[in-house]
Amino acid sequence: MAVTIRKFDAIVVGAGGSGLRAALELARANLRVAVLTKVFPTRSHTVAAQGGIAAPLANSSEDNWHWHMYDTVKGSDYLGDQDAIEYMCRRANEVVVELEHMGMPFDRLDNGKIYQRPFGGHTQEYGSAKMAMRACAAADRTGHAMLHTLYQQNLRASTQFFVEWMALDLIRDPQDGAVLGVTALEMETGEVSIFQAKATLFATGGSGRMFFSSTNAFINTGDGLGMSARAGIPLEDMEFYQFHPTGVYGAGVLITEGVRGEGGYLLNKDGERFMERYAPNAKDLASRDVVSRAMTTEIKEGRGCGKDADHVLLKLDHLGPEVINLRLPGIREISIKFANTDPIREPIPVVPTAHYQMGGIPANFMGHVVAPEGASAESTVPGFYAAGECACVSVHGGNRLGCNSLLDLLVFGKSSGEQMIRDIGSLPKPHRNLPKEAGERSFARLARLDGASSGERVADVLTDLRRTMQAHCGVFRFPEMLIEGVAKVKQIAERAGRTYIADKSKVFNTARVEALELDNLVEAALATIVSAEARKESRGAQSRADFPDRDDGKWMKHTLWYKEGNRLDYKPVHLKPMSVDSFQPKVRTY
Amino acid sequence: MRLSIYRYDPDRDAAPRMQDYQVALEPSDRMLLDALVRLKEQDDSVSFRRSCREGVCGSDAMNINGKNGLACITKLAELPDHVTLRPLPGLPVIRDLIVDMTQFFRQYESIKPYLINDTAPPERERLQSPEEREHLNGLYECILCACCSTACPSFWWNPDKFVGPAGLLQAYRFIADTRDQATSERLDSLEDPYRLFRCHSIMNCVDACPKGLNPTHAIGKIKEMMVRRSV
Ligand SMILES: Cc1cc2nc3c(=O)[nH]c(=O)nc-3n(C[C@H](O)[C@H](O)[C@H](O)COP(=O)(O)OP(=O)(O)OC[C@H]3O[C@@H](n4cnc5c(N)ncnc54)[C@H](O)[C@@H]3O)c2cc1C
Ligand code: SF4
Ligand code: SF4
Ligand code: FES
Repeated sequence: MAVTIRKFDAIVVGAGGSGLRAALELARANLRVAVLTKVFPTRSHTVAAQGGIAAPLANSSEDNWHWHMYDTVKGSDYLGDQDAIEYMCRRANEVVVELEHMGMPFDRLDNGKIYQRPFGGHTQEYGSAKMAMRACAAADRTGHAMLHTLYQQNLRASTQFFVEWMALDLIRDPQDGAVLGVTALEMETGEVSIFQAKATLFATGGSGRMFFSSTNAFINTGDGLGMSARAGIPLEDMEFYQFHPTGVYGAGVLITEGVRGEGGYLLNKDGERFMERYAPNAKDLASRDVVSRAMTTEIKEGRGCGKDADHVLLKLDHLGPEVINLRLPGIREISIKFANTDPIREPIPVVPTAHYQMGGIPANFMGHVVAPEGASAESTVPGFYAAGECACVSVHGGNRLGCNSLLDLLVFGKSSGEQMIRDIGSLPKPHRNLPKEAGERSFARLARLDGASSGERVADVLTDLRRTMQAHCGVFRFPEMLIEGVAKVKQIAERAGRTYIADKSKVFNTARVEALELDNLVEAALATIVSAEARKESRGAQSRADFPDRDDGKWMKHTLWYKEGNRLDYKPVHLKPMSVDSFQPKVRTY
Repeated sequence: MRLSIYRYDPDRDAAPRMQDYQVALEPSDRMLLDALVRLKEQDDSVSFRRSCREGVCGSDAMNINGKNGLACITKLAELPDHVTLRPLPGLPVIRDLIVDMTQFFRQYESIKPYLINDTAPPERERLQSPEEREHLNGLYECILCACCSTACPSFWWNPDKFVGPAGLLQAYRFIADTRDQATSERLDSLEDPYRLFRCHSIMNCVDACPKGLNPTHAIGKIKEMMVRRSV
């Protein structure tokens, strides 16, 4: 197969918040950078983020990075790496102020400073009952405003984009495992190229499409995870998948936690504000895992709303039309469109909905991908970097706090860009040679799809996968269901290897893209359910009926899942921060 | 429901054609995009872009019974039983409902869609009052879907010379931002018989915008500023 080889200093796969932030750093350093993306940059799913970005600017309430760090460690249920968390919280003000300087249209306070609102789990004085106003917001369109701002700055910096190019597989050096680039498919022409680089960053986002009911876009198929897993790189802590408390009932579209930050609250069928029972201090602003479990319990115990008693209500009409139209206009639009409900008058029907993957490609806070090698649990994979939702740094541990993802994109997008510049500077000028078999895995996958004249329909396999994950690996997890779920997902993964598409056209073949995406999604789902079945405790988003408590003695460790043989390995949590004392694990209440 | 869809695959078809489908909907299908996804399960060669499925990414703009809109926020209940779908008018078709948006983005880039302020940034955020920030509402929310520009006759005739409503809305977004210092440079670049002045206030763009934005209003504001600075 004749294949074009394109050489760059660096490639960034993904043009969401993390990819664009990294690209900006690289382009400003005058390196030759290519940014590959499946969709036009501003169509990346960062565009859908609503509520805000966390930074202890202290514009509306007293705040500092120590409190932010404490909340993040506690929110993670003590699984987050405390050095990385300290790093993120200490750089938060810097990256948010920088974003403002780039033109981000933040909402404003009367004194002209950035508007900040309360959010779940954001507190003052190390978990006191006083909430911190830490979420910097542009109405309820913070992600849209941020993604467009970052794209605009990349236009200014003349970043080179390859739009509607799908990366297919990693290319590694068989000698030392160094990453040398990726293969990629140009959707418009169906051509495959090799992108060769000294540094390759994955910023491919989440894998929320593995669940039936999800706040994620169609394109969130865990491609970076699939590519890494096929190339022998483990995936970390994939069992920790966050269910957001407030997805629109029946549609899955998100209603931001910012609604509760502005004063909205949840009601059961008796009109009771039930969160008061589960989290007497923080109430509706407890951590997401806590609120999602409370809602699920209410529904299970027969206090759900509607004719099937299968959802609860989010009330916000008491905020008044002014606040709703000024601070939550997008929510109103979504609610009218997707729930046939105008929140100015009626509450919105909501259910916990799959939202965010805390796990991912194991990386450190400089963006280096790290994997066990010999005696080291965290040896860097030369030439390979990961940031954003596809990476596990791990700052979110077992449960992410609202607004910490957009922050993670900026901090680790920037730091990985900085690190890539340093690393490229210390490498010899010429690129390493590509191995003879470079690209073969991708060619084989494409040839199989083109050659197949019958087989499994992509849509059927995908639907079965999503239904299985939803039923077997949800908010509450049960031992038999998990065991059965693992067996089912393994079968589904086999079926994904026998998919068939009728459309064989070269030109913008979206059926082919969907089949290739499914290959990635099944890896992400396998990693998730296999890791969940193996972890015999409840922590953060992983809640098991048979092991209802956290078990720090046995399970204060990160999971590593390998595709080959579905093997599991574990590595220690970084309990030691960079400069301050460790936060010791405590019982977690809100 | 019945869907008639514009089909064209340059790999196979000599010319575009319309193809009719009968799609069996499920009770959970509420939006036109749900119907298209359902149809793709039936015929995987039907090609269209989509991502967020909630009206924020701008991927699935198309011409729906003669009107531009986003499939993901077009309610099936508000459509007749027979729906005709065509690609956005005026742009080259790549395949089926997928158009080549190069021209559209080139015009967007031509207005320098980024904040220009070359004074040394302060330690903290630049200040802006809530009233000043309010001027950006109705401007920054654009999702670059191109529903407006591809409904604009002036853009159809001169896509290479007329910036079009989407680009002009963004030009005004930066002019209206108190932090931006390039207003006169921005106005200069629009002082041209085509770039701005091809707009004849026909308002098709306002009708077409699925986000309820008003490019005509923004264009009017820019024209006013032009007049004001020339006297
Ligand atoms: C509805 C919603 C609301 C949210 N609200 C908030 C919030 O208020 N605050 C907060 O902090 N977090 C929020 N989050 C979480 C946060 O938005 C996401 O975690 C974050 O935006 C992910 O950014 P990213 O850069 O990692 O990836 P994304 O923005 O998802 O971008 C991924 C990029 O990778 C590209 N890509 C993927 N695969 C390939 C491939 N194979 N080849 C080429 N390109 C590829 C895509 O084209 C895209 O450009 C929200 C999430 C959702 C779903
Ligand atoms: S008002 Fe101007 S920009 Fe809008 S459709 Fe009419 S001519 Fe085009
Ligand atoms: S102004 Fe409206 S129609 Fe035009 S590109 Fe923006 S969102 Fe789309
Ligand atoms: S799919 Fe994103 S706007 Fe319709």
